[in-house]
Amino acid sequence: MSNLTNKKIPSGLDPWNTLRAHTDARIGLGRVGDGLPTERLLEFQMAHARARDSVHMAFDASAVRDQLDGLDHTILDVHSAAPDRPTYLQRPDLGRLLDEDSAAALGKHTGDYDVAFILADGLSARASHDHAANTLKLILDHLGQSWSVAPITLATQSRVGLGDEIGAALGAKLTVMLIGERPGLSSADSLGCYLTWGPKRGRSNADRNCVSNIRPAGLTPEKAAKKIAYLMVESRKMGLSGVALKDNSSNPDLIEG
Amino acid sequence: MQTGAPFSFERFTFPDLKTLLAKASPLRSGDVLAGLAASSDEERVAARFALADVPLKRFLSEALVPYEDDDVTRMIIDDHDADAFAPVSSMTVGDFRNWLLTDDATPEALRHLAPGLTPEMVAAVSKLMRNQDLIAVAKKCHVVTAFRNTVGLPGHLSVRLQPNHPTDDPAGVAASILDGLMHGSGDAVIGINPATDSPEAMIELLKLIDEVRERIDIPTQSCVLAHVTTAIDVMARNAPVDLVFQSIAGTQKANESFGITQAMLAEAEDAAKGLKRGTVGNNVMYFETGQGAALSADAHEGIDQQTVEARAYTVARKYSPLLVNTVVGFIGPEYLFDGKQITRAGLEDHFCGKLLGVPMGCDVCYTNHAEADQDDMDNLLTLLGVAGCNFVIGVPGADDIMLNYQSTSFHDAMYLRSVLGLQPAPEFAAWLRKMEILDQNGRTRPQLDGQAAQNLLAWSGAA
Repeated sequence: MSNLTNKKIPSGLDPWNTLRAHTDARIGLGRVGDGLPTERLLEFQMAHARARDSVHMAFDASAVRDQLDGLDHTILDVHSAAPDRPTYLQRPDLGRLLDEDSAAALGKHTGDYDVAFILADGLSARASHDHAANTLKLILDHLGQSWSVAPITLATQSRVGLGDEIGAALGAKLTVMLIGERPGLSSADSLGCYLTWGPKRGRSNADRNCVSNIRPAGLTPEKAAKKIAYLMVESRKMGLSGVALKDNSSNPDLIEG
Repeated sequence: MQTGAPFSFERFTFPDLKTLLAKASPLRSGDVLAGLAASSDEERVAARFALADVPLKRFLSEALVPYEDDDVTRMIIDDHDADAFAPVSSMTVGDFRNWLLTDDATPEALRHLAPGLTPEMVAAVSKLMRNQDLIAVAKKCHVVTAFRNTVGLPGHLSVRLQPNHPTDDPAGVAASILDGLMHGSGDAVIGINPATDSPEAMIELLKLIDEVRERIDIPTQSCVLAHVTTAIDVMARNAPVDLVFQSIAGTQKANESFGITQAMLAEAEDAAKGLKRGTVGNNVMYFETGQGAALSADAHEGIDQQTVEARAYTVARKYSPLLVNTVVGFIGPEYLFDGKQITRAGLEDHFCGKLLGVPMGCDVCYTNHAEADQDDMDNLLTLLGVAGCNFVIGVPGADDIMLNYQSTSFHDAMYLRSVLGLQPAPEFAAWLRKMEILDQNGRTRPQLDGQAAQNLLAWSGAA
C-alpha cells in the first residue's frame, strides 16, 4: 500500500482507499475541501433512497400469494389496526393489533395447529416481497409430515407482535413470522424471522427467538431455513421459545431432518 | 410531597405539574404515543401560559415521581443546592426564561447556578423557549472536562471517533480509526460499540485502541461501550480502561431496565478513577441518553419524554462525566417523527444538559424509517455548533454499519469546524499539527505522504 502514497494524488481521491478491503464502513472516501466528492455524496443518497423506498413501499400481498402458488395451504390476508403507513410508523401499538375484519376472518379458521406461518411487511415490504415466500418454501421442505400447519397469513402494516394475535386467533402452538426488518443503508432487503411458542397478546421479545439479516448478501434463505426448522423442532420438543431456547443449529451433530 | 392547587389558563385546567409539563411540550410523536400530548395547539400554548406563572420553588415541593419510590427523585431532592438556587428562588418559570436571556446571566453566573437547578425546572423553562433561545443560553454555559485532553472549552469542538464493525474485526476497526484520525476526529473519545458484550471482547478492543494511542502518542481517551458491569469486571483484570460507559435514563425503573443501580455507577467511577490513567484531568465516565428511552422501557412514570430525559442528566452529573451524549434520532419515528422533531429535541437536550452543568454532546442521527435525511442532520449539526455543543459523533461516511443508523461523519465535523472557526481540543490539535493533519490555518488538510501518516498506516496494516 505504501507505494500508493508516493503517487501524485488526484484531487478528491484518497490514496488509502485500499483500506476499504478491511471493512464495509465508508472509509477512504476522499475529500473536496471539507466535503465529500460528488460521486460519494450520490452513492450515499442512493443507498438512503433505496432504504426509504423499502420502508414506504406498499405491501403487495397478492404478489406474495402468487409466489406461494403450488403450496397446499389456505392463504389469508390480514391487516393490522394501523390503517396507513404514517400511522403505522408512529403507533407501533396499533401495528400489533388486528383490525376488526381480520380478527373476524381468522375466527372462521380457528383450529388446533402446530404452527402458523405469517409473512409480513414490517419495516421493509421489499424484504418480504423478495425473500419471504422463498424462505417459507425452504422451511417447509425441512419439516416432516408431523406438523399440522395453520392457514398461512399475509399481514399488512404489521409489527412483530401482530403474530401473537394471529397465532392465538388460529389456535396455533407456535408462530413463525417472516417480516421485513428496519432497513440499513446497505441492507434494504433484510428479512427477519421470529418464533414464538404459545402466542398470545402481551408476549415480549424475551419470549421469542429471532433469526436476523436473511438476504442473499447476509444469511442466505437456504441457511436461514435450516436454522429456523431446527429452532421449530426444538421449540416443539421443549414447549417453549425465547432465551431458554438456544440456537445450536451450527453444531452439525444436532441437525436432524 | 404535597400537591398544590391545579393549574389553569382561560378554559384549560391541568391537574398537576406532570400533566402541565407534558401538555406544554412541543409536539412529538412519543408524547402522543404515551397519551400525554396536548390535544390541540391551543391547549399546548395555554399550558405554556400556565407554566410561565409557576414559581420555580414549586418544583422543589412537587416531585413528578414520589420520593419514596424513585432514586432519581431522591437524588434530585437530596443533592439540591439551596444556596446556589437563591438568586432565582423567587422567580416563576416565565421570569426565569427572561432572566436567562439577559446579560445578567453570564457564563459565571450560570456555572454557579447549575447545582441549584433541578431537571424539572430546566425542562420547564425549555418548553417556553424557541430554538434560538435554547441556542443563545446554551452558548453561555461552558462545561469543561478533562482526561488526556480538555473537552468543552469555548471555541472548540471535539468528535467521538466511532469505528464500529459488525463483528468487531480488529483490522476493520483499525481501518476506521485510521480514517477518523486522518480527518481530525477522535478528541472526545475513540469509542467502539462492541458487537458482543463480553469481558473478552471488551479487553481485545481496549488493547487495540490502547496500542495505537501509545504507539503514536495520541492525547485522547478510549472507551468500549459495554455494560457498566462488564467494565467493572475487566478493570478487576487490569484491562486498560480509560472511560466507563453506560446508558442511563431519568427514572429508577428505566435504569433498572438497563440493569443498573446507582451503586454500580459509583463503584465503576471509583474503580476507573483509581486507575489514574488521565493526564490533564480525571473525568472517567461516559453516559448516553436519549428522549424516548424511558417510554420504550415502559418506565416513563407518566412524564413527558423531554422532561424525563432531563432527569437523566441529574444522574449523569452525580458521577462527574467527561462526556454525556444524547443520541437524539436513534430511537425512531414513534418517538421523534421527523427532522423538525429531532432538531428540536437535540437543541432541548443540549440546553438542558448544559444548564444543569453536564458536558453535553450530541449524536445527530436518524434511522431510515424516520422522516429525516442528511439535510436535516446538517441543520441540527450547524445549530449545535453555534450553541457550543461539546462534541459530536464521527462515523465513516455517516453510515454506522454495526448499529444500522446514520450519524454524522468525519467530513461533517470538518465542515462544522471550518464554517464556525472551531478548533479540536487543544492537546489533540497540537498532536494533529505534529502529525501534519492540521495545516497552519487550523484546517484539516492531512499530508498523506508524510512520515507521520506512514506511521499510522503501518500500525493499521499490523492490526
